[in-house]
Amino acid sequence: MSEVERLLRSALVPVDPPGPLADRFEEALAELTDAAAGELADWELRSMRDPRNWVRPVGAVVIGGAAAGGLVLVRARQQHRRRGGRRLRALDRSAREVSGQVRRRLRR
Amino acid sequence: MEDTRAACKRALDREFTELYRDHLRDVYSYSYYRIGNHHDAEDLTEQTFLQAYRHFERARRESDGRPLRPWLIRIAHNLAANYYRDRSRRPQTPLDDAATLSDLRRTDELVEEREELGRVLEGVADLPDDRREALIMRFALDMDNREIARALGRSEGATKVLIHRAIRQLGGRLKEGQR
Repeated sequence: MSEVERLLRSALVPVDPPGPLADRFEEALAELTDAAAGELADWELRSMRDPRNWVRPVGAVVIGGAAAGGLVLVRARQQHRRRGGRRLRALDRSAREVSGQVRRRLRR
Repeated sequence: MEDTRAACKRALDREFTELYRDHLRDVYSYSYYRIGNHHDAEDLTEQTFLQAYRHFERARRESDGRPLRPWLIRIAHNLAANYYRDRSRRPQTPLDDAATLSDLRRTDELVEEREELGRVLEGVADLPDDRREALIMRFALDMDNREIARALGRSEGATKVLIHRAIRQLGGRLKEGQR
């Protein structure tokens, strides 16, 4: 450690805050936190009493409901298409079998 | 849901109170050496913690477990900058009422040492802002390079250079004063 650093360490010692500042601020902090907690609880209740604040929850339910309905429709269509596809493939297969049998008989 | 929120808030407030108790001395020391008198240092300390309280939740989330002391000192640093800008002041030299200096007995040797420390404080007060702050953080708050870098918003390398230059500049001034 250089001489200047030694001097700096001696000159710049930590300074304790005056006692009243610590007490005063601790009190202010306690008031602030109590007020904030009370405010949070009141805010929740107050906001739900005001019909203007119902728009968001109602909107969320409507949008959520519409999305769920849409999903059900899409799934139903997909299943329907899958089933329809299977029927077409079966029809195609049986048509091919019939034409094969006809060709074989004609050859004979 | 409301109970959960209130419980979270209470836990957060408890954490903040701990932060306040752990770092009141650091913030006060920084404010005192930055501004140079107890009255304004008290104001600056109060303002720093009030501002910190407002943004504590976010700071804790974003700190990712790292210590919050550099964040607190950065708040004090910004508020001190506003303090000087608003009032066009320069820092005063905290000569008469620095804690240790007042304890010194008045023998010749101690008076001489007191004068020497007074010159050091004057020299620190005359340094450019960033150098002065880095020295306060290093020596009064015992912060390491990484913490100082976070508080000043610089890289660790740049902080190391800053402190080195500050010490060299102060050493030069003290030598000049001896001539």
